[in-house]
Amino acid sequence: MRRKKACAGSTTVAVSLAIFLVIFTAITLYTFFAKTWWFPDPITTFGRDIDQQFLRTLVITGIVFVLSQLGLAWVIFRYRGRGQRAQHIEGNLTMEVVWTLATLVLFVGLGVYAERAWAEVHFRSAVPGAVQIEVTGQQFVWNFRYPGPDGKFGRLDPKLVNASGGNPLGLDPTDPAGKDDLVVPVVAVPVNREVELLIRSQDVTHSFFVRELRLKQDAVPGLLIRIHFSATQTGQYEIPCAELCGLGHYRMRSFLTVMPQADYDKWLADQAAANQ
Amino acid sequence: MVTHESGAVHAHAAPTGFIWKYIFSTDHKIIGIQYILLALVSAFVGMFLSVLMRIHLVWPNAKLPFIAGGVMTPEQYLALLTMHGSIMVFMVLTTAPQSGFGNYFLPIQIGAADMAFPVINMLSFWITFLSLLVMLAAFFVVGGAPISGWTAYPPLSALGEIAGPGQGAGQTLWVIGVAIFCGASLMGALNFITTTIDLRTKGMSLMRMPLTVWAWFLTAILGLLAFGVLLAACILLLLDRTAMTSFFIPGGLVITDQQVAHKGGSTLLWQHLFWFFGHPEVYIAILPGMGVTSHMLSTFARKPVFGYRAMVYAMCSIGFLGFCVWGHHMFVSGMSPYSALAFSLLTMSIGVPSAIKTFNWLGTLWGGQIRFTTAMLFALGFVSLFVSGGLSGLFLAQPAIDLYFHDTYFVVGHFHLIMGVAAIFGMFSALFFWFPKMFGRHLNEPLGKLHFWITFIGVYAIFMPMHYLGMAGHPRRYSDLSGANFLGPLMPVQRFISIAAFLTIAVQFIFLINFLWSLKFGKKAEKNPWEATTLEWTIPSPPPHDNFAGVEPVIYRAAYEYAQPGAVEDYVPQHLAPEQVARAR
Repeated sequence: MRRKKACAGSTTVAVSLAIFLVIFTAITLYTFFAKTWWFPDPITTFGRDIDQQFLRTLVITGIVFVLSQLGLAWVIFRYRGRGQRAQHIEGNLTMEVVWTLATLVLFVGLGVYAERAWAEVHFRSAVPGAVQIEVTGQQFVWNFRYPGPDGKFGRLDPKLVNASGGNPLGLDPTDPAGKDDLVVPVVAVPVNREVELLIRSQDVTHSFFVRELRLKQDAVPGLLIRIHFSATQTGQYEIPCAELCGLGHYRMRSFLTVMPQADYDKWLADQAAANQ
Repeated sequence: MVTHESGAVHAHAAPTGFIWKYIFSTDHKIIGIQYILLALVSAFVGMFLSVLMRIHLVWPNAKLPFIAGGVMTPEQYLALLTMHGSIMVFMVLTTAPQSGFGNYFLPIQIGAADMAFPVINMLSFWITFLSLLVMLAAFFVVGGAPISGWTAYPPLSALGEIAGPGQGAGQTLWVIGVAIFCGASLMGALNFITTTIDLRTKGMSLMRMPLTVWAWFLTAILGLLAFGVLLAACILLLLDRTAMTSFFIPGGLVITDQQVAHKGGSTLLWQHLFWFFGHPEVYIAILPGMGVTSHMLSTFARKPVFGYRAMVYAMCSIGFLGFCVWGHHMFVSGMSPYSALAFSLLTMSIGVPSAIKTFNWLGTLWGGQIRFTTAMLFALGFVSLFVSGGLSGLFLAQPAIDLYFHDTYFVVGHFHLIMGVAAIFGMFSALFFWFPKMFGRHLNEPLGKLHFWITFIGVYAIFMPMHYLGMAGHPRRYSDLSGANFLGPLMPVQRFISIAAFLTIAVQFIFLINFLWSLKFGKKAEKNPWEATTLEWTIPSPPPHDNFAGVEPVIYRAAYEYAQPGAVEDYVPQHLAPEQVARAR
């Protein structure tokens, strides 16, 4: 009988596949519960909001994930061919409506909930008096410019750019506002104070990324993009480039140091002195 | 209902002579096989590139074959990365599911003798082949293949050699290759749409079409709308590169201390155009796999598709929403943060039709009598992969969370599972299912099952850990882990992924051997070995030149009439007249 033959060995396959799905689901759950690989601790308030939202999303997707994978394992095991005749079911409108509405509320609701952290980063501008730092990406270094005691950035002229000659940003020496500008390859900020970054690029698209800030922003040629944050933990954090920018992309890196206000003031003064 | 004057089934004589029969054939079946072979060769090339990359990533000083100088340089790594992505996306995921299997089976499943425009169909294939040659030629020009990734963001891709090795002639060839590919895909899309609308046989109403046909039809509509935009973008980029225009290059750029003469362009314009194509492209790759999966689950669970109409509507809404969400690739690009809100909510809502599909697949299996053929195993694997890969998308759809995950390995894991592997599983399923029809012989089932098991476990072992790398903040497209201190501790995970990748790729040779061996020595196939209901199983294996031998089939019922109460057999084919259906007394 052909029908018999079609069912032969189906129990072994069904059981193996079901068991594999269960094990796979268990391992996935374990890695998330055990936090085997996890985020570095956030050092901003919206960073903590984002982590909260990640956990909310993890719980909801986790439930759907477990139900779907185990559901699949169950139907594979339960309805393996054993010579029975399949039931003739063409669908169920009520169920369609229920799971459509349920997922709509769940997923879109989750999306609406996430907007708060996003709004905190992007919908308001930096508070007055925030520390302003200009960030410039170029193949394959970051340059950071502080406006100096006058609080004003000097004019830049692309025609004057000469990295090997010590003027990587093209500062215009005729502009008095630029006299006290400080250009450094690493960035320091005071702790618990709002910092506004003015992000730009001189050649191709780069991306400013600090894991602990939970912040990433492309540096786009032709655009000046403002983001702001307030770091609550002192320490040194890496700034890897996060947008493919050429062959040196992997080694385009700088450091962000968050320090107490007094140390920050001293650092600024030291850098300015070294720059003279 | 469609009526025909000359009829969908206009008998036409088979061509004679090897060249017209097998090379420049206008027969949709031969063209389908040509596309599948092109995809197969491309897939092995793409996998080979990824092997080289994975070796370099975890053993940076290893001497490698085919690499000039032996030890891979960062630019060589990026060139492989760019070509891996481009070949896999364009030459595998866009060709095999749609142009390959769609070409072969869409006309047969709707009862037509061929595509609506057979000559255009032939041209589509040969133009695609040309685009593959142009793209591969980038490896052999001065400077080598481009290093700007398959997304080719300007200004990196627009400035020429000054931006890096490979950005000269190599990048130009890449742009031309992709533009040519767009032309071929547009012609193919028109052909698929016209064929589905015009050449359906008597009784083949839209709601009686197999879900595979629906998937190919919708994919063609997506292709028609998406590839035109990419073609335009490629032409603009080519002009920027060769004619000193400035569509994508803003003024005042300085690269390695040299002034760039362009001014006035917008780099974000490319990103908008590219992703307006790029996001629907994901569905171009995956929709045919969804159609195939529905087809398999129904056939091998011996049950009608659960909620057929819901499945059709879900695919339509996925296709429609697919055009409204491109901005979710650009949350950190500097685009207006307010538009991110809209893109985010629209993206989250794609989860709804995706969930509908998943639940309906489970519903199709529920109460069935499952036959575990290799084709069925790959379809079941598709469901599992689709769930895993789809759910991680819900993280990336939220701009706040994407701030962290953008351009990390989390994204790499996500899109490989859903767009790469799930789509490929759909194609393996299709091949094991239809191989007997195409070549008159079965693929070897035990070898197929072995291939399935190792591949299924392997792809999860490769791509799940990538999500953890992303959570640790590992940026993608890094040729070396020495660039940042926090990457060092992640090396064991990278090693694990590399080894899993080597094993999984090695196993693909089992499939290749199975494919070649079965062509000649496989078990001979009957007309309808799977006891399936759709039209391709009513004609000989392999089918004659004009499919239905000049007789127009008539359709009496929906596509998936399994387990009909009262019928003796547990399946009632679409073409069987009501009086022919044997009834149990």
